[in-house]
Amino acid sequence: MSLRKFISNKTIAALAVILTAFASNSAFAQAAGAAAETVAKPVDMGPVYKTVIFYTMAFLLLCLFIAIIGKALKVYELTREAQDKPKGINWNTVNGVLFALFLIVGLYGVYWEYTVHGKMILPEAASEHGKKIDQMFNITLIITTIVFIATHIILFAFAYFYKNTGKRKAYYYPHNNALERIWTIVPALVLTVLVLMGFLTWRSIFYKIEDPNNKPLSIEITSSQFSWAIRYPGADGIVGVKNYKLINGVNQLGIDFKDKNTLDDQTADEMVIPVNKPVRLILTSKDVLHSFYMPHFRIQLNTVPGMTSYFEFTPTITTEEMKAKTNDPKFAYLFLCAKICGEGHYKMQKEVRVVSQAEYEAWVKKQGTYLTDDLRKEFNLPVTAAPAPAAAKPADSVAKDTSAVKTNQLALKK
Amino acid sequence: MSTISLHDTHNHDSHDDHGHHKETFLTKYVFSQDHKMIAKQFLITGIIMAVIAMGLSILFRLQLAWPDTNFPILETFLGTWAEGGRIKPDFYLALVTIHGTIMVFFVLTAGLSGTFSNLLIPLQIGARDMASPFLNMLSYWFFFGACVIMMSSFFIQTGPASAGWTVYPPLSALPTAIKGSALGMTLWLISMIMFVASSLMGGINYVSTVLNMRTKGMDLWKMPLTIWAFFLTAILGILSFPVLVAGVVLLIFDRSFGTSFYLSDIVMGTQVLPNEGGSPILWQHLFWFLGHPEVYIVIMPALGISSEVISVNSRKPIFGYHAMIYSLIGITVLSFIVWGHHMFVTGMNPLLGGVFMITTLIIAVPSAVKTFNYLATLWRGNIKFTPAMLFAIGLVSFFISGGLTGIFLGNASLDINLHDTYFVVAHFHLVMGSAAIFGMLAGVYHWYPKMFGRMMNSKLGYLHFWLTFISAYLVFFPLHFLGLDGVPRRYYAFTEFEFMQKWLTVNVFVTWAAIIGALAQVAFLWNFFYNIFKGKKAPQNPWEANTLEWTTPVEHLHGNWPGEIPTVYRWPYDYSKPGSEADFIPQTVPFSQTMSSNMPHDFEGNTESERIQREWEAKNVPATEKLD
Repeated sequence: MSLRKFISNKTIAALAVILTAFASNSAFAQAAGAAAETVAKPVDMGPVYKTVIFYTMAFLLLCLFIAIIGKALKVYELTREAQDKPKGINWNTVNGVLFALFLIVGLYGVYWEYTVHGKMILPEAASEHGKKIDQMFNITLIITTIVFIATHIILFAFAYFYKNTGKRKAYYYPHNNALERIWTIVPALVLTVLVLMGFLTWRSIFYKIEDPNNKPLSIEITSSQFSWAIRYPGADGIVGVKNYKLINGVNQLGIDFKDKNTLDDQTADEMVIPVNKPVRLILTSKDVLHSFYMPHFRIQLNTVPGMTSYFEFTPTITTEEMKAKTNDPKFAYLFLCAKICGEGHYKMQKEVRVVSQAEYEAWVKKQGTYLTDDLRKEFNLPVTAAPAPAAAKPADSVAKDTSAVKTNQLALKK
Repeated sequence: MSTISLHDTHNHDSHDDHGHHKETFLTKYVFSQDHKMIAKQFLITGIIMAVIAMGLSILFRLQLAWPDTNFPILETFLGTWAEGGRIKPDFYLALVTIHGTIMVFFVLTAGLSGTFSNLLIPLQIGARDMASPFLNMLSYWFFFGACVIMMSSFFIQTGPASAGWTVYPPLSALPTAIKGSALGMTLWLISMIMFVASSLMGGINYVSTVLNMRTKGMDLWKMPLTIWAFFLTAILGILSFPVLVAGVVLLIFDRSFGTSFYLSDIVMGTQVLPNEGGSPILWQHLFWFLGHPEVYIVIMPALGISSEVISVNSRKPIFGYHAMIYSLIGITVLSFIVWGHHMFVTGMNPLLGGVFMITTLIIAVPSAVKTFNYLATLWRGNIKFTPAMLFAIGLVSFFISGGLTGIFLGNASLDINLHDTYFVVAHFHLVMGSAAIFGMLAGVYHWYPKMFGRMMNSKLGYLHFWLTFISAYLVFFPLHFLGLDGVPRRYYAFTEFEFMQKWLTVNVFVTWAAIIGALAQVAFLWNFFYNIFKGKKAPQNPWEANTLEWTTPVEHLHGNWPGEIPTVYRWPYDYSKPGSEADFIPQTVPFSQTMSSNMPHDFEGNTESERIQREWEAKNVPATEKLD
């Protein structure tokens, strides 16, 4: 009763609103029409679309509209009932058909997503291990897509075909152990294959056998709120010791210059690495957790205060080659922060350039050292006799890593 | 009222003596010890929290879609957090943090388990109330307190916790690292301790009720799958939530008493902190030891509800009842040894990564079994599309879509590039967000007549389902591709990176879909709250279901059944049994009344019953139609 009262009140209100809207619209239209004959004078609706009231009213109007439809449906059904006719609308059929429609439109939507958005994703991996990851990704994608499509076709087709019609009784089918076994064992087998592949790839990424003739270039990355610091090892190929307790306004990374290996360590504004040479990233953090994420190379590892972690990889595609491949002259590799680290989280980035060995050597010569005159004074080092970083040999000299690096090496590393 | 908890379930002739209790408003609606009322309290609190958390998500979706636009209305409501009509970066992080916390803990854990475990456990196993009604009441009030404390952090100057819902230290431990880690984080931790206390009290109650208070005939293998799911969920919660408390207490110590459990070698700006020897990784182990079981705590009740709803509305027994239970048990056990898959790229020893990858992918097997069993249940059914059924089918769809992307993320090698990107966001919003909320909504539509004695409007339910189902896919499906392009989650704006610019239009689209999805919930809220008072009176068994709750009277009474608690004779899924006139046979109907539809395996090897059945068949059935 009160529902009816409410709806009818609403109906009246709705009609009033619609009428007003219609009237004012047509008034606008007439005015516009009249104006168009003399001078083009469009009605500026811009400010109206920006007000909250406009949207609230629009939504309320929509609600009223839905209420009216609901009311109309109810009246229709009641009259059918009163006349002893069969039910007007069979909602089981409606919903069954909607599921079938959803399946068709949805399948097209998935196709559209795969082809349109699927083209906007990262280009091919630019590192050796990244290729393996991509390959495994593709295999997983094919398997899961088949399952995804097949199960959804089954789900919505069943919803469509087995909707209640009032003529059938459901088929009493409580269990079938053979079927149960099939759909336990088949997924288990598929997953076993995926696990094995994943496991082997994972091992090949994290347990590298060091080639003494091709020692990796060590680069240390230090994250802090909200920037990255890059440290190149200098001529000796060794990133020297640092200690967080030495950090101050001048010595931002807390490098311990009593360690000789630190004297030639170089700063850099971007990460430049030679193509096809192994690179060993030494990842550390100064304050909170960050995550070193270099998507084009399929690299990610958190940087953790108080713990050093390592990631070794070999870049295979230079920046120039990638520009050609992606057909994007502005293409640039980069690394960024993927672990929530504070309000500047969304800004932490550095550019990465993959270049030829010759270009790398030319570039690295130009980079300055961390050791400045101020720091020399602080560590009681002679101020003038600086070993020129320009005399840097290639960083992959056979020198051993320092203890700083060695202490945290993986126990299982061969 | 304490007599309720002590009563003998079987030998009571009448419970009329309980009618004498004088119930005041306070004891009936506020400090109620009746499981049905507590269920409603949990549900309505859960719905309110869900609306709040959904509102928060719309706020940050606005920011993501239009990072350069001013919305003066935001400043009106949020003040300095949205100066000039634009949400600030640290408040953005607070929004995602509190959205996640509320949704995972308050809506999908307490709102889901709290509501349906409380409502259905006593009703479906045939008990007059929970094992401890008082503990049950406390459980709700601790939960309510947790909600209030969590929301109160919006009213302090430094704002709510904003280190992400996983609150990883050191970010969450150091107020100098982010404003939200000041008082807001303290409130978060206190709220969480209260929440865990609430969960434990609830869980202990659920387990003891299921184990001790089943009615005559209700052995474990005759329990509906809902009860199995709630039971195993409660066990999961009891075993894993205390670990979170341990973690939280250590974090409180680190924050307030200068200990170094999680902190070491930290320099804020140039200020060297004195903490030494701790490890931030420790928090992650403790957190995810709860955190992973938690996602099953969220999804298992939803799966249980959908099992029941799908079976009832397909008018078919659930396919593979035993397999469904064994897969639930499998999920329960395995969920304790997979937590490391959240930590593949934390720098934890890679050997562990390999181990956790294996356990993680194994857990996909029971999940797959469940999915196929749902499909088999629908096969040749006689499906009635009640709103509950629509949501249950929606759950199956989301569970498949989100579950399959889990195979990518569970693979440590693939996770390297997908970790903490939008791919993860898309994955868990489908598999545990949307699927679990659809399970919850299916439960609300299905048991609303039991809760409120009135019916919801099914047409509004259809509208609600279709808008929500479509918009959820429109929101979350495109997000996978952002992840595959290497866009990290929890980014305030995509404006700082050249390669993210191309996703701005997608963000606008996703935000519009989210707004439509949010507005669609108005249909539900109206339907829910209006019909509590004005809905059509419900019949006793509106869906023609077999389970015990539909044998109770529509008008609630304390103690559930007016007379003796009914005895159970059969499993709950005898739908459309051949030889039976009706297409459902309630659990309370003895086999002696359904001679024409009994099957040999119904008697579980009881030779006497089999003999009687054979004799009856020899008399009544022509020889050609004999079953065996």
